[in-house]
Amino acid sequence: MKLGAVDWGVIALYLIFVLGIGIVSARRAKSGNDFFLAGRAIPAWVCGLAFISANLGAQEVIGMGASGAKYGISTAHFYWIGAIPAMVFIGVFMMPFYYGSKARSAPEYLRMRFDEKTRALNAVTFALMTILNSGISMYALAKLIQTLHVFDGPFAALGLPQAWIFHGAILTAAAVVLVYIYMGGLRGAIYNEVLQFFLIVAGFAPLVWLGLRQVGGWHGLQTTLGPSYTHAWAGMAHATTNKLGVDWFGLSMGLGFVLSFGYWCTDFLVVQRAMAANSMSAARRTPLIAAGVKMFIPFIVILPGLIAIALTSAPDHPGKASVPAVRAGEIVQHDPGVIPIKIDSTTGKPMLDARGEPQLDYDLATPNLLLRYFPIGMVGVGLTALLASFMSGMAGGVTAFNTVFTYDIYQAYIRREAPDAHYLMVGRLATLFGIAASVAAAYLCSQFNNINDFLQLVMAFVNAPVFATFLLGMFWKRTTGHGAFIGLAAGTITAAIHHGLTLPVNDMAGLKGGWLGVTHTYASEMAQNFWIAIWAWSACFIVTIAVSLVTRPKPQGELTGLVYSLTPKIVRENGPWYMRPVLLGVIMLTLTVILNLIFR
Amino acid sequence: MLFDVRLPIGLLFLAIGLLVGGYGVLGPATLSAGVNIDLIWGGVMAAFGALMLVLAALAKRGRLDPPPEDQT
Repeated sequence: MKLGAVDWGVIALYLIFVLGIGIVSARRAKSGNDFFLAGRAIPAWVCGLAFISANLGAQEVIGMGASGAKYGISTAHFYWIGAIPAMVFIGVFMMPFYYGSKARSAPEYLRMRFDEKTRALNAVTFALMTILNSGISMYALAKLIQTLHVFDGPFAALGLPQAWIFHGAILTAAAVVLVYIYMGGLRGAIYNEVLQFFLIVAGFAPLVWLGLRQVGGWHGLQTTLGPSYTHAWAGMAHATTNKLGVDWFGLSMGLGFVLSFGYWCTDFLVVQRAMAANSMSAARRTPLIAAGVKMFIPFIVILPGLIAIALTSAPDHPGKASVPAVRAGEIVQHDPGVIPIKIDSTTGKPMLDARGEPQLDYDLATPNLLLRYFPIGMVGVGLTALLASFMSGMAGGVTAFNTVFTYDIYQAYIRREAPDAHYLMVGRLATLFGIAASVAAAYLCSQFNNINDFLQLVMAFVNAPVFATFLLGMFWKRTTGHGAFIGLAAGTITAAIHHGLTLPVNDMAGLKGGWLGVTHTYASEMAQNFWIAIWAWSACFIVTIAVSLVTRPKPQGELTGLVYSLTPKIVRENGPWYMRPVLLGVIMLTLTVILNLIFR
Repeated sequence: MLFDVRLPIGLLFLAIGLLVGGYGVLGPATLSAGVNIDLIWGGVMAAFGALMLVLAALAKRGRLDPPPEDQT
């Protein structure tokens, strides 16, 4: 696929606007409050769209397409079960404490509610994981751009070796994000995230439209792929009768409760967007507005995967004949379908699964569909959408990192009393450092094959128990700092031990689990992940309660505004229906139930 | 708010829409799945951009966006 001048024009326009927003935002980034919290002056709808956009990184767009191709519409559980209920919960119940406490970050809330050590544990692990995550995402994007061969032409024309495409992609994306956050801070990031949100939709919605036309609409997909692909709840009674390899309990408790609430209700990357809102009501509506949009995101990120697999696996399908043949050496070399066969990078041979069948490279489902159906002009729009999703995800991580680093690490342990301007400078330097560290992490991923899996595993161990800490902290005034800290540690250790004792079926003991001896086998890796989360959360929950009961709680006077029972309730909700958080929450949950019923 | 974010969104979508839509009219006609997607989607993007600009203009005249309220 060669890019035309129009495509370059679209990408250039995007870059100019993104940088421009950063530069204009810089005029208002004069204090710590401006830089880290966007002056707490952003309207709810802007925060809500930024909230989604920061979570719609390239890894998600590519990964959800891949899952759609592999597991079908069941992937939507990650949204309908794994996001919406938690987003409603944080908006209705938790936001009053985050926003009302005037904490500047999630770890800072933990210090106010518990103690210094709980904050330190949360701040340090969050900062590290956010940077590593951003590095992993950067690596994935650069690798993808290299695989798509879209920039081969310009690099060859400049006499640069093809390997430089990887470096070019990483450094360009990092430099752009650096400029707009360094200058505009959180405000620059949020405004750009809204712009990027619309661009992501503009890039993927027409892809779905064209794809559905090609496969004969949703009905065509149903006929081609069968019910296991097009019904989200089919066979969920047992782990062995559905594609995910999870039963309904593991799904709703592991994903729907522990993992989902752990991420959406405690992760500062998410919470920070709502904290930038211009009022308590706007902060509460932020995740609710986001939920209203989020529930429809599966239709633009998961459906491309289903369409791609339909075009790959159905050689007799009428749509297939009209797909132009791909010239050798272009996008796909080994497979005439949209999703190519996975090639082992060391041997150059196709990778085979346990049954000796060639494996498909599902990660290329969405990108290849895009290159297949978009002509010159729209390819630019599609690539811009991919670039926008990458940048919004990365900026989300970087703005959360610079705030946590400055307030929860630097101000807490390195220099306590300094003028605001000093912390503003530290925040800018932390942005620079955070992006440099992400780039380093991306290169680490490219050096060591397994490091990506390993990092994600460690993150899972650390993240799984954290919601128990916030939940008990906000809703049980007896919870103590010692309880929270020891509970968190116990949860992480339980996660590691559970991983060490279990293994997904067909996997070798090692990075996939079983390194302490296999006592239980799961039907899939996903089932193992969900159950690790359930165990870790339960351990944290029980240990926190047990230790709290034998340690001394904070005096009640210090907990006003931080704990549910000691905070004055918001009794009356004013304004029209769309301004009332509880009503909005009910509407979002009802719509989600309806979506589940339609795609059951 | 420092500036209305609908302004840059409107301008960018209008510009991209006109560019891609224009290419769909003037460039070599390429059909994907039987439609001139450059023209159609370029048009949709330009229209969306124009709508954003109109909304931004209305907001500037105070006809949209109720003032932020605080209930606590």
